[in-house]
Amino acid sequence: MQATQPIEKRAAERGVSGRTFRAAAWLGWQIEANWTDPVIFFIYSVIKPLSGAAILVVMYSVITNANFEDPMFAYIYLGNAFYIYVAAVLTGVSWTVIDDREIYRMLKYIYIAPVHVPVYLLGRGFAKFAFGSLAVFITIVVGVFFLNLPLDLSLVNWPLFIVSLTMGIVMLAMMGLVLGSVMLLIVNNANFMGEAVAGALYLFSGAIFPLTVLPAWLQPVGYIAPISYWLELIRRALVGNIAQSFPTFAQFSNGQLLAILAGLTLLFTVLGFVVFRYCDHQARERGYIDRVTNF
Amino acid sequence: MDLAIHTEKLARVYKLRDAKKEQPRELVALRNINLDVRRGELFGLLGPNGAGKTTLIKILTTLLSPSSGVAHVAGYDVAKEPEKVRPRINMVSGGESSGYGLLTVRENLWMFAQFYGIPSKLANQRIKELLDVVQLGDRANTKSSDLSTGLRQKMNIVRGFLTDPDVLFLDEPTLGLDVEASLDVRKFVRSWVDDNPDRTLLLTTHYMVEADELCDRVAIINGGQVLACDTPANLKRQLQRDVIYRMEVSPLNGLQPEALEALGGVRKVSHEAKDGASVLELILAEDDALGHVVNTLTGKDIHILNLQKREPSLEDVFVNLVGHSMTEAESASDG
Ligand SMILES: Nc1ncnc2c1ncn2[C@@H]1O[C@H](COP(=O)(O)OP(=O)(O)OP(=O)(O)O)[C@@H](O)[C@H]1O
Ligand SMILES: [Mg+2]
Repeated sequence: MQATQPIEKRAAERGVSGRTFRAAAWLGWQIEANWTDPVIFFIYSVIKPLSGAAILVVMYSVITNANFEDPMFAYIYLGNAFYIYVAAVLTGVSWTVIDDREIYRMLKYIYIAPVHVPVYLLGRGFAKFAFGSLAVFITIVVGVFFLNLPLDLSLVNWPLFIVSLTMGIVMLAMMGLVLGSVMLLIVNNANFMGEAVAGALYLFSGAIFPLTVLPAWLQPVGYIAPISYWLELIRRALVGNIAQSFPTFAQFSNGQLLAILAGLTLLFTVLGFVVFRYCDHQARERGYIDRVTNF
Repeated sequence: MDLAIHTEKLARVYKLRDAKKEQPRELVALRNINLDVRRGELFGLLGPNGAGKTTLIKILTTLLSPSSGVAHVAGYDVAKEPEKVRPRINMVSGGESSGYGLLTVRENLWMFAQFYGIPSKLANQRIKELLDVVQLGDRANTKSSDLSTGLRQKMNIVRGFLTDPDVLFLDEPTLGLDVEASLDVRKFVRSWVDDNPDRTLLLTTHYMVEADELCDRVAIINGGQVLACDTPANLKRQLQRDVIYRMEVSPLNGLQPEALEALGGVRKVSHEAKDGASVLELILAEDDALGHVVNTLTGKDIHILNLQKREPSLEDVFVNLVGHSMTEAESASDG
């Protein structure tokens, strides 16, 4: 018996990654920004991040008797503002698997299209990043104008800020890819999984409190949590003098922190694609690509 | 021979993980499927619920790994080279409502064209033409969440043709569509294949007419096995020497239809209850056997209400192969 004849190369086989990313980012943006009601759009993009910051400010002022001059305030406030990216990018990338499979029921059609699925997930996450940037910006602006956040643009270390931000976002996206790949194999309770991970990262990434306030036995967890290095760099870039008044990472220079962040980013990039390969294979094996669980 | 689809001893086993039981139970969905579909063919997979049609399509479209055996689509191994297969295929499943509800019909389709690297201009032109085919042209700018299930399915069908695949898989494309829309889709499916000899289309159905009137060749599949594979005419020709009667009788009074098969010259009997009466489909080796059947029935005090002799249909082919009718097979697998 003769095997089938290959059919000539198709246009669909060229430039796969580029167009996958573009179309995915476009879709992600439509989903984020396609609010028909401007009021809902406003609540979602402005009120929500601000109310998160407000809760923090209230808690802070109760504990410290409204001492907003304490460097601790800038530390906490900035950590919280940039943590918005963690939720947006990390869950943005990984949650796409659940959304597309369970809600839109399109994952199988995306999957059989000539796209790179990891790139597709990253593209969807990119839209969340762009959207999250708006929230981060608003939160910081409000902090500067209403809460005396000591942010002086002329003192900001811009090169450090841009390099750290970029690397951190890439790292978050790749962590999202690892999580999203695992989600492919979770056809029950995927909800729980995502929130557990985000919650754990929040607690142990030094976003809110300097790691030194954690009990001694928990501090090592904070040093392992990749996000804490990134947040420390961001703080140093934006409000250098204040950030350095905390001993958490005092023994590291900026260069050392950057090297650690670069290493972590590389690690998660490799991990992201390796884990995806494995989970992708397993998911096809088990028939999970189009499994709808109705959780 | 130039094959668009080729499978050899293709099998798929699902592992069912029971929360209570430790050992996963195994369900054989496909066993040793050998199937060849030529390039340019409109090929039908006909079988009852649970026959394995969707499982086969999932394997051929790279969504699911085979448990054993090989499958080639458009010249490439689906398990080893899925990235070669994907640019050349597309798939549509009927009876589901999928789509990005926030996007309009046009946007949903345009985005998929992007995923396949189709230039925007060409994509928009095809979208317009195809939407008109399924009479969805006036809804192009409607958000797809505002479409009914059937209209979403039409959008989904357009998505399948939009990328002009070499091999298109349609899993029960007309399921859930109204009569008129089904006719439109069937007509378009036929002309799409006829327009270009390089196009191949495989569809699954459990509508006999769809398989009979639409497809160049049909594989009858049941219990994960291909029972027969040929043109509808050839399949029916096997029964040409047989005589087929449709007999409407009063309730069977406890008579088992199988008992009739024991009579001389009776090959197969299928039975269906209908509005308080019973309908028997009889496949007889010769006309004389009808006398035996009638005698047996009257002996049991069963009245004959209506009797028709007719040409063999695919349904009869199915009954002859499987031993019971498609509807009987389906109610058995439901329970
Ligand atoms: N993901 C799955 N896990 C376990 N068993 C499955 C799974 N999908 C299908 N099956 C089983 O495999 C068999 C074949 O199913 P399949 O969906 O291929 O049938 P089908 O011919 O498409 O039926 P239908 O006409 O109802 O669509 C059935 O017994 C079904 O219960
Ligand atoms: Mg099916």
